[in-house]
Amino acid sequence: MAKRSAPEVNAGSMADIAFLLLIFFLVTTTIESDTGMNRKLPPKLPENIDPPNIKEKNLFAIIVNKNNELLVEEQPMELKDLREATIAFLDNGGDSSCKYCKGKRNPESSDNPDKAVISLQNSRQTNYASYIAITNEVLAGYKVLRNREAKRIYGVSYADLVQQYKDAAEDSPEKEAWKKKRDAIKSMFPEKFSEAEAKE
Amino acid sequence: MSKFNKGGKKELPAISTASLPDIVFMLLFFFMVATVMRQNTLLIENKLPYADQVEKLENRNLTMYIYAGKPAAGYKKFGNEARVQLNDKLISDVREVQAFVQQTRANTPQTEVGRLLTALKVDVNTNMGLIGDVKNELREVNQLKINYATLNGDATKNIK
Repeated sequence: MAKRSAPEVNAGSMADIAFLLLIFFLVTTTIESDTGMNRKLPPKLPENIDPPNIKEKNLFAIIVNKNNELLVEEQPMELKDLREATIAFLDNGGDSSCKYCKGKRNPESSDNPDKAVISLQNSRQTNYASYIAITNEVLAGYKVLRNREAKRIYGVSYADLVQQYKDAAEDSPEKEAWKKKRDAIKSMFPEKFSEAEAKE
Repeated sequence: MSKFNKGGKKELPAISTASLPDIVFMLLFFFMVATVMRQNTLLIENKLPYADQVEKLENRNLTMYIYAGKPAAGYKKFGNEARVQLNDKLISDVREVQAFVQQTRANTPQTEVGRLLTALKVDVNTNMGLIGDVKNELREVNQLKINYATLNGDATKNIK
């Protein structure tokens, strides 16, 4: 028997096969990272519970009607002004118990960021996009204030604190430290943003 | 003189295509890694609103998606009113959300149930009434962690 070298496999069609696969993945692909606003719904309460007693001045009422118009503290407002108004309300520090607040200390507005509650009521006909925009502006207000305090105390932004906490190794002392810092900032401006049942 | 022979018919050498498969494979691998298969066929319009206070969804496996919007072109037989879509069908009664949540929980490892998150992918032209109903159903089954899916952008773009 003569020794025959193994015949070479023709790889010319490899490109065609690869192209086929490539086109398949090109078509099915959706390069999108899922982003969104995280929120927490209030738990279902028993029927016979009395609503907590909140002073009128500690409540920042946002009402949005079916035409997507804003009524903030009984005054009509444009969406672009909502962020500033939120910050002014949270940062007011009316009873001077809040040392880090830089607001106007208006006695007619909130006493303390810890007591300040923002309430949003929408109509059933309100557009989802406006609702998202309003929620976004209120959350932005909290974030601005938290950033300010995080920068002042730790020299980093609040988002960085959260990220560092997430990135730190599990059960390490660093993680504990970051958590402490994050919670400290969080408790300076606790998110008290409630949504009322929609009205017709 | 033939030192600078220009007259000869010289053919251009063929470009070697031997490395073409390599290039294609590189692209292929990129798309294979970057790809996310669509989990559901959308029967509704789903143009998401803009927001800038966004966070990234971390764990796709622990996320259940609830879609809502007006039936898309081609599905007008379902009417013109905004509807909720779970998995691959439009539901007629918003109470089906509860069963959907329970079923997702049953399919999730026991230890991870607490980390389940509901992502609401809602079209911009939806009324809040429907969303409020969905949220109430979620509260009913104590599924409180939710996420409003948005595109990253300036929120004022939402209002025309």
